[in-house]
Amino acid sequence: MTTTPLPPQSFVTPEAGEAGGGKAPGLGGRKLSRAEKRAIAAAGRLSSPWASGIAIILAVLWTIPTFGLLVTSFRPQQEIRGSGWWTFPTNPAVTLENYTQALFGSSTGFATYFVNSVVITLPAVVIPISLALLAAYAFAWIEFRGRDILFVAVFALQVVPIQVTLIPLLSRYVDWGLAGSFWTVWLSHSMFALPLAIFLLHNFMKDVPPSLVEAARMDGAGHVKIFFQVLLPLLTPAIASFAIFQFLWVWNDLLVSLTFAGGSTDVAPLTVRVAELAGSRGSQWHLLSAGAFISMVVPLIVFLSLQRFFVRGLLAGSVKG
Amino acid sequence: MDWLVNADTTAEKLVLMLVAIGLFVLVMAVILLGVDRVKRVPQWVVVVAFVGPAMAAIAFGLVYPGLRTIRDSFYDRTSSNPVGLDNYVAAFTQDAFQVVLRNTLLWVVLVPLLATFVGLVYAVLVDRTRFEQFAKTLVFLPMAISMVGAGIIWKFVYEYRPDQQGVAQIGLLNQLLVWLGIEPQQFLLNQPFNNFFLIAVMIWIQAGFAMTVLSAAIKAIPDDIIEAARLDGLHGVGMFRYITVPSIRPALVVVVTTIAMGTLKVFDIVRTMTGGNFGTSVVANEFYNQSFRISNLGLGAALAVILFVLVIPLIVYNVRQLRLSEDIR
Repeated sequence: MTTTPLPPQSFVTPEAGEAGGGKAPGLGGRKLSRAEKRAIAAAGRLSSPWASGIAIILAVLWTIPTFGLLVTSFRPQQEIRGSGWWTFPTNPAVTLENYTQALFGSSTGFATYFVNSVVITLPAVVIPISLALLAAYAFAWIEFRGRDILFVAVFALQVVPIQVTLIPLLSRYVDWGLAGSFWTVWLSHSMFALPLAIFLLHNFMKDVPPSLVEAARMDGAGHVKIFFQVLLPLLTPAIASFAIFQFLWVWNDLLVSLTFAGGSTDVAPLTVRVAELAGSRGSQWHLLSAGAFISMVVPLIVFLSLQRFFVRGLLAGSVKG
Repeated sequence: MDWLVNADTTAEKLVLMLVAIGLFVLVMAVILLGVDRVKRVPQWVVVVAFVGPAMAAIAFGLVYPGLRTIRDSFYDRTSSNPVGLDNYVAAFTQDAFQVVLRNTLLWVVLVPLLATFVGLVYAVLVDRTRFEQFAKTLVFLPMAISMVGAGIIWKFVYEYRPDQQGVAQIGLLNQLLVWLGIEPQQFLLNQPFNNFFLIAVMIWIQAGFAMTVLSAAIKAIPDDIIEAARLDGLHGVGMFRYITVPSIRPALVVVVTTIAMGTLKVFDIVRTMTGGNFGTSVVANEFYNQSFRISNLGLGAALAVILFVLVIPLIVYNVRQLRLSEDIR
């Protein structure tokens, strides 16, 4: 049975439903029988040799480049220089030397940058989500004047390219004596993430049945209580999907950390170091390949283990600035 | 307390990280408890407590710098003297920038169309097959890889070794050429085709996004439509052309515009693979060069504003299509 990670109906925004077409039909039982019916109807489609041929070619094209670099990262330096990675089966020499050297070598020191990436990423995920949750709650469940205008403004700000903000922010940070510290990177990532985070979480919050919130209000619960006891538990999947988004975005970001963390060993994350290495030692493939995979391993694990949530977030609207 | 700003050992960094998260949680808790404890707080205090922090952050992080950059784009390289439209004139007329604009146009046209096309074809081909989940993960995986990582992966595919006796190619693409009896090429150096080899990397990344969204859209096509079409004798390509594509048109528009917006701002790929040399620079890369390397703040600001202006029609079109499709249903 095909199990495409379709978002559950109740958590998909109307807009996103239309946009992504993520309108999962009805509830579990009907969906299954319907999908089965279609599967039977579609059976034989891929038996067309052309169709399966094209699908396989595309899959190979999309996989081979990564696979080639992965194989390379385990080959001894001399071998990498002398022959292509596809000769590996005829000459299977495996080494971890590239990784050791990339992680701890004095000229590369990826271990340090790995720590920096972790230190940058965690607060840059936690802070915007908390801020956005509070704001999204107010936009969804508190009546106040100017609410709609403010919300539309926040939505519209998603389009601001971060390039527009970099120089003025950098000058402020320099004025405050914070330039080149983790604080500027955390702050910047958090601020840039807010419009999308508020928009997504607001849409998810709106899908919580109003009767639940009303009932809590009748029992005399204040906003804080409703927020923590009624909404937060229901929103965990939505929060997870945005958290993965933000995690991948921050961990993989180059521009923001290049601007605010500079090239210093104390703050710069892996991406900055790898990019630098690609520029200065572009032909040292034993270091580059290992370095690239050191920088990729965490997002790949997160992505593969939590793909379901990621897809849902993607379908719920994705116009990251 | 120097380590609060300049943490340099691993332990200090990790402690600093926990301090930052803790501090943040504390501030939030104080605000919320304050709102909750005091009886009969006016409504606006509650609203400010909930919305205030986020709005302040957005105002400081997006609105203020945005306006400031627009102002700077009309000033000289140190943003001290107004120069009118000079920066924009330079950005649109100088030869070097003509190349940059041409490249950006190439990227913005080719990446969304080709990535969406590949994503759509793949989504249709693997739809409801036994290996669907696995096949999709393969194409989706590049989305998790940073553009820097993707740049390195592909730089290795394009790697060139001089065509001499005893020198083996280590880049896959050149080896393929050699096997076919063609001379190996400097894919990243030969203008103007090097641009296409960079563009291929972005297509490689974005096709997974297109595939995921479009696959969900395809699965949402009502059964009766498909049944009816099948009874009318539509199959294979005909079904694809007359039923699948028209039914998911709104999703297609969203995918194309979203990828186009991402592509406009692409910077990591160009910087990692060619550094913007050999006639491959794009607006986002040139922005970085002007602002941080050449320190021409005025021109850098103008380029950032151009990026901003180019994004606006895309988002407007995107939102209008969303509205339209909602009205129809």
